[in-house]
Amino acid sequence: MKILLSGNEAIAQGALAAGCDFYAGYPITPQNELIAYMAKHMGAGTKRSPGPSRIFVQAESELAAISMVYGAAAAGARAMTSSSSPGISLMQEGISYLAGARLPAVIVNIMRGGPGLGNIAPSQADYFQATRGGGHGDYHLIVLAPASVQEAYDLTQTAFDLADKYRIPVMILGDGILGQMMEPMQLSVQKIKTAPVKKWALTGCRGRKPNIIKSFFMREGGLEQANLKLQQSYESIKQAQIRFEGLFLSDAEIVVVAYGTMARIAKGAINRLRGAGKKIGLLRPIGLWPFPQKPFQSKARRLKYLVVEMSYGQMLEDVRLAVEGRHPVEFLGRSGGGVPSEEEIIGRLQRML
Amino acid sequence: MEKIFKRCQSLSDLPMHYCPGCGHGIAHRLVAEAVDELGVREETIGVAPVGCAVVAYDYWNFDCSEAAHGRALAVATAIKRVHPQKLVFTYQGDGDLAAIGTNETIHAANRGENLSVIFINNAVYGMTGGQLAPTTLLGQKTSTSVDGRQKQLHGYPLKISEILAALPGVYYVERVSLESPAGVLKAKRAVKQAFQNQLNNLGFSLVEVLSPCPTYWGLSPQAALQWIKDVMQKEFPVGRIK
Amino acid sequence: MIQRIIIGGSGGQGVMLLGKVIAQSAMLEGKQVTWFPAYGAEVRGGTSHCMVTIADSGIGSPYITAADTLIILNQPSLGKFKKLIKANGLLILNSSLAEAGRQTKIKVLQFPFTGIALKLGNLKVANMIALGVLVAAQKTVKVNNILKVFKSMAGAENPKLLEINRRALEEGLQLNHG
Repeated sequence: MKILLSGNEAIAQGALAAGCDFYAGYPITPQNELIAYMAKHMGAGTKRSPGPSRIFVQAESELAAISMVYGAAAAGARAMTSSSSPGISLMQEGISYLAGARLPAVIVNIMRGGPGLGNIAPSQADYFQATRGGGHGDYHLIVLAPASVQEAYDLTQTAFDLADKYRIPVMILGDGILGQMMEPMQLSVQKIKTAPVKKWALTGCRGRKPNIIKSFFMREGGLEQANLKLQQSYESIKQAQIRFEGLFLSDAEIVVVAYGTMARIAKGAINRLRGAGKKIGLLRPIGLWPFPQKPFQSKARRLKYLVVEMSYGQMLEDVRLAVEGRHPVEFLGRSGGGVPSEEEIIGRLQRML
Repeated sequence: MEKIFKRCQSLSDLPMHYCPGCGHGIAHRLVAEAVDELGVREETIGVAPVGCAVVAYDYWNFDCSEAAHGRALAVATAIKRVHPQKLVFTYQGDGDLAAIGTNETIHAANRGENLSVIFINNAVYGMTGGQLAPTTLLGQKTSTSVDGRQKQLHGYPLKISEILAALPGVYYVERVSLESPAGVLKAKRAVKQAFQNQLNNLGFSLVEVLSPCPTYWGLSPQAALQWIKDVMQKEFPVGRIK
Repeated sequence: MIQRIIIGGSGGQGVMLLGKVIAQSAMLEGKQVTWFPAYGAEVRGGTSHCMVTIADSGIGSPYITAADTLIILNQPSLGKFKKLIKANGLLILNSSLAEAGRQTKIKVLQFPFTGIALKLGNLKVANMIALGVLVAAQKTVKVNNILKVFKSMAGAENPKLLEINRRALEEGLQLNHG
């Protein structure tokens, strides 16, 4: 049976389905439905949440929230936080520590306009921050970008599994439209997943040597070794965790590249142009890091790309890196609350044809 | 021959890196002794700060986590909530607990988290080279208060323990001092009390430890102990606060 | 088939709820649907709106830049959204609180929803009267599905509340016949 949920609620529901047992957050628009949903459904021992007891904490700040996630992850829990752009900036400290200490966690960023306090309108201007690490040091997050409420639910569950598998923080990168929009979606009936046994977690050292969770390596060469291990892990993620959707790619003369909400708007435009016989395709990265590079290695002679973003061109750089100059790459973007419409995309594509 | 003094089981055999006359070595040992005496080494999770004691986890022989500077009590909150049966404590300096982490400190205390806090007050930032701390005394010279702390410029020494004692969520606050063997024994009792409170589910407990930093006070180890007694204790009186 | 509806009014007029009832009814009919609200500070007082898109196949943008139908419950919302209605589109207007003015390129159905709701005994059901007008005019969703949605909503255990919403819907359906 389908139910009508907002993207924010679907992410929360996905986290519950994935066995998330610790959530800490701080209110910020446009993700408040998420923290409220978690507060309502995580409380241990209430009628609302039969099943395993879970922990919800409203933190005093995003700094504290991400450090609580760090503590819960260190203690072996499946931990999550959510926020929106300015709050995610504050969390960069803790995200860097999570990466350095190799702790699994899920971080949701429902992006809004920036820089600074910006506004609460939808935006995709945190792409650089999300895909380049965001905080200090040589690290990456796995970044997943859902384009529908259903996908938000599904990818959140995937995020917890990937976090545990690779001991890495995973970010769900959405925007205000995805967070606020309601759509019918199907709850999967699979049993609540439990986190795998984590031998490294802090549980008290009964019958074993003490476990230490840390990102500090002062001994000469120690940090380089630790960072090389991180890089090895990133390499295996790059091999195994590439996600994208391709639409009409085989005969496309122009391929629109867009992710998240922007991709579904682009899809609307492309379907209308296909109806008029125009050969337009869509390439939608679902994983933003690692970025799907292979699908850009087309040998087609006549091919152009149009990157569309709710920013002034961030993913654009990854597309150019992947295309390596073989084909022209054009860009259409708006920011600060502006959302390129189907009409704007169609207009641009018609000029490019 | 009877062995009357030995290394605690809760201490590793790693030599400590602290300066001569530093109080951290003593405070680490007090923590270890209390954990041993309560018989909970295998049920203990410590949270180390950023500061001179950043690698405290190397010296203790139980599970530990690092925390970002100031965030120890947020980290500890989560660990304790996930493992309510474990003994979870933070070990933090004055800069960590009362400057960059004031927010985390006050809110963990105000939530009444069932945690124990060992708060090392040496009136200076040690690891970074002796800068002005929230607890630096009026007139005390540091590398960032070269003419001494002045109330017009820097405000007053922050009495975070007294502030925390005013919160209903806080169960126990005591200030102790490492200036003498008698002071060390009192400190030991207080640390053990803070742990015992947690095991008894009584709530947030904090022990403030006045601790010598001869290096950045510009004093000999012995003179540093005297300074705690003559000067520091005037501003930060020892005894039970709550 | 794709239908794009913008619903505007003031905070407290049940604009969001009206959109959700339409969206849920469409969902029951197996259609694709998106519901997208105005969010943030503007929800309290001032104008409030939501956008509902119903389609047979996948929906691109949930944000509507050209609406087939506008349901407008107060004057400021008319000012804000009238430029977004397509030529030959339908404007359903609450004449208790707004004046259509001269409209030549669109169809207008205007009734005093607030006044009728007051007569029914509950100011808050003006939105469901408007829903009745929409359904009678455009067959957007089936009446029995709306009734199913009513029964599944919060407060449905209160038989009086359920009944007055049903009556409001019925009133709206009749209005457009007359």
